[in-house]
Amino acid sequence: MTKAYGEVCVEEEQVIEFPEGILGFDYVKKFVFLEEENSPFLWMQAYDEPELAFVLIRPVDFMGEYNLMISHTDMNNVKALNVSELQVFAIVTIPQGDPKKMTANLQGPIIVNIKMRLGTQAISQSEKYTTKHSIIKEISNNDVKEG
Amino acid sequence: MLVLARKLNESIMIGDNIEIVVIDIKGDQVKLGIKAPKKVTVHRKEIYEEIKQENIAAISTPFKPDTLRDLSEFFKRSKTEDK
Repeated sequence: MTKAYGEVCVEEEQVIEFPEGILGFDYVKKFVFLEEENSPFLWMQAYDEPELAFVLIRPVDFMGEYNLMISHTDMNNVKALNVSELQVFAIVTIPQGDPKKMTANLQGPIIVNIKMRLGTQAISQSEKYTTKHSIIKEISNNDVKEG
Repeated sequence: MLVLARKLNESIMIGDNIEIVVIDIKGDQVKLGIKAPKKVTVHRKEIYEEIKQENIAAISTPFKPDTLRDLSEFFKRSKTEDK
């Protein structure tokens, strides 16, 4: 069961393990990533908890660039040796009734090693990223290319 | 908790290969230098708390199935206006 789409059939291969969980929800160890058609957003749905789902966005879809600077521990958690093996996402917070103020958490990016089916919430070691980057502001600040 | 008094440029060792040096003291702020192996993760404590709070905030918005579709439209419009 999913929060957004009701019952969805999920192949075992689509389940991503989060051995460390994510901060505040470390009891949740399995997530499924559901892409939205024609949309920069996707869902990170808890496999065992229908009500628990996060909206994600890829930082590069709304910023000119995003420098992933993370610790060796975070890399080890997803058994990656190089950042090129990783898919990078940010959790989106959408204030009720005011989507214009939606923010992305670039301080705690979600990184996924698809090949190993492992994910974790990393902690950015760069001082320039916070937990609340206005997505709309970043779009107007950066010349983001369409598509 | 172990409490140690240190002066400027003095340091403490944690185990054999983690060293914490007092680099600067100005008013109520202390600058610390940390020498540790790459595999040791070092972060300010507040960061964990901030990320946790943001995660909780992110799931507090009640979602309708078409919320994301509306947002996508909104996102595209913002991009177009930008051009």
